[in-house]
Amino acid sequence: MDSNGSSRRRFLKHAGGTLAGVAAGAGVGAEWASGQTAKPDAAAKDDHAFHDGPAPRGIPSRRGVRMSVDHITYYTPFQDYGGIITPARLHFVQYHASHFPEIDEKQHRLTIHGLVDRPLSFSMDELKSLPSVSRVHFLECHANSSPQIHHQGNQNMGLPVQYIHGMSSCSEWTGVPLSVLLNECGLKKEASWLVSEGADPGKFSHTLPLAKALDDVFVAYGQNGEPLRVEQGYPIRLFVPGWEAPFSVKYLRHIKVVDQPYHAWNESMNHSIPRDDIGGKSRWYHFEMGPKSVITRPSAGLTIPRRGYVQITGLAWSGGGVISKVDVSTDGGKTWKEAKLQGPVHSKAHTRFTFDWAWNGEEAVIMSRCTDEKGEVQPTREELYRHWGISEAELQKPARAIHTNMIQPWTVARDGSVHNAMFA
Amino acid sequence: MRCSLSLLASAMILMAPATGLAQSPKYNVGTPLSQDEIKSFDFLIGPQGQALPEGRGTAKEGAVIFAKRCEVCHGKNGESGVLRRLVLGKPGEPFRGPFKAEHRDSVAYYPYATIAWDYINRAMPVPKPGTLTHDEVYALTAFLLYRNGIIAETDVMDAQSLPKVEMPNRNGFVPEVPVYPPEKKPSWW
Repeated sequence: MDSNGSSRRRFLKHAGGTLAGVAAGAGVGAEWASGQTAKPDAAAKDDHAFHDGPAPRGIPSRRGVRMSVDHITYYTPFQDYGGIITPARLHFVQYHASHFPEIDEKQHRLTIHGLVDRPLSFSMDELKSLPSVSRVHFLECHANSSPQIHHQGNQNMGLPVQYIHGMSSCSEWTGVPLSVLLNECGLKKEASWLVSEGADPGKFSHTLPLAKALDDVFVAYGQNGEPLRVEQGYPIRLFVPGWEAPFSVKYLRHIKVVDQPYHAWNESMNHSIPRDDIGGKSRWYHFEMGPKSVITRPSAGLTIPRRGYVQITGLAWSGGGVISKVDVSTDGGKTWKEAKLQGPVHSKAHTRFTFDWAWNGEEAVIMSRCTDEKGEVQPTREELYRHWGISEAELQKPARAIHTNMIQPWTVARDGSVHNAMFA
Repeated sequence: MRCSLSLLASAMILMAPATGLAQSPKYNVGTPLSQDEIKSFDFLIGPQGQALPEGRGTAKEGAVIFAKRCEVCHGKNGESGVLRRLVLGKPGEPFRGPFKAEHRDSVAYYPYATIAWDYINRAMPVPKPGTLTHDEVYALTAFLLYRNGIIAETDVMDAQSLPKVEMPNRNGFVPEVPVYPPEKKPSWW
């Protein structure tokens, strides 16, 4: 009893406020509940075709794609859209198997067991009947912006801003706070981490500290007003705001509450990286994604039509919270000027910035640099490389690295064509 | 005064249910799981072998299964496949490092031997994951550890022996195990 008591006190400290706030909402959320208006699959498909309206005009945006035997990757076309919301259709995918699982939402269940008082299994209807939250957040693969990808693009992968930085996207996600589910189960005193498992063929699994789980993590079933898409983990995924995407396990089916990190294969192998600054040992995962920004227009592969007014625009985000400032340089980093941020600015979300530039027709190098609410500043390649222990001799080469948030320079040539200035 | 008293009263009312909330389920949603049900799906294996089931296997037994079910992707003895070179070093001569990014595919890179059992059991072989028996998973794990020079060909792997296997890269991670909150802040740096 004692141990339960103290675990409850600890739980209260982490999540009591959230729970108190949503207590009045018990039993609501019926508009998300499936089954009540469900139709047979074939009829639903016909309906969908009818209600989707006429075929789109213009040139639809497309994700870049790269597939291999054990990988499916889609890159968000940053160069194609304004604002901060990535349409679900254009959201990036980094999937570690050859095919997506077929899951029957009516059969799918989420179990929570391990160091809990009451191991429970939840149906989809039950999850949707609990208090819901909707939040705008970015999601970013920890391998996004990897230096090596600069030289690995091809025409299927789209433009450089897309295949280099497009494994980050931003949506409004809807789901039930994990703290609500964990409270239903009751945490034991020894609980300190949890392991989540997906129902994909590779059973993607990841450890998560309990403190984060009780903070702002939720089990998502909606994206931008729709049910999750298959490639985003339909019917449910974990969503871990601001952290490396491997924590946000898709096709979520099991959560085991434990008392130590579990080092699942995905974390030990893909999610760690040897680094010279720590004696060649491997750095475990990093949790937060660092502050990052990139100019999306104009960017490599696009052309500035004429001298004079050019709107420079791009996206900035940080796992540390709100983006407080974005600076833009049009002279290769010699001088910087503050860009405008488009509101509302959400925490741990893509933030749109714009900068009015008068291009004089001469060659120029343009780049952006962001600062988050903690005062953390996006580093240059040189700063990041030196931090990683990369030698001066290797400074100009694309290192094999993950967790990269270096400043991205683009070169504007005199003919208006834009090129990648990094590793050029 | 009256105002502040009523504020205090409101605060107390607000606090009371919060305490109650944390002590018991609020929504009574979800179906209780029995121990038998949990046992049927609980195969998230801990680094000290937590949840490892009964069963046993040796490298010799594993060699036969590997040739039949794994070689098509991973190559003969896991050394030359189209997907992931599973073997570094050779029997009797484990690879001692330095471990580079390209070595992460090998079982020798894992800090704990249990990771191999866990992943093979849940995710392999690719066309039909989850179809290997526990004995087969122990045998395949033994085979890969043997081909990596980490155990002997006759060593029996089971729930007791597997977690005790000394992995060559056990001390190759910083921090030794993930720590939260992170030792270095900000964690992304």
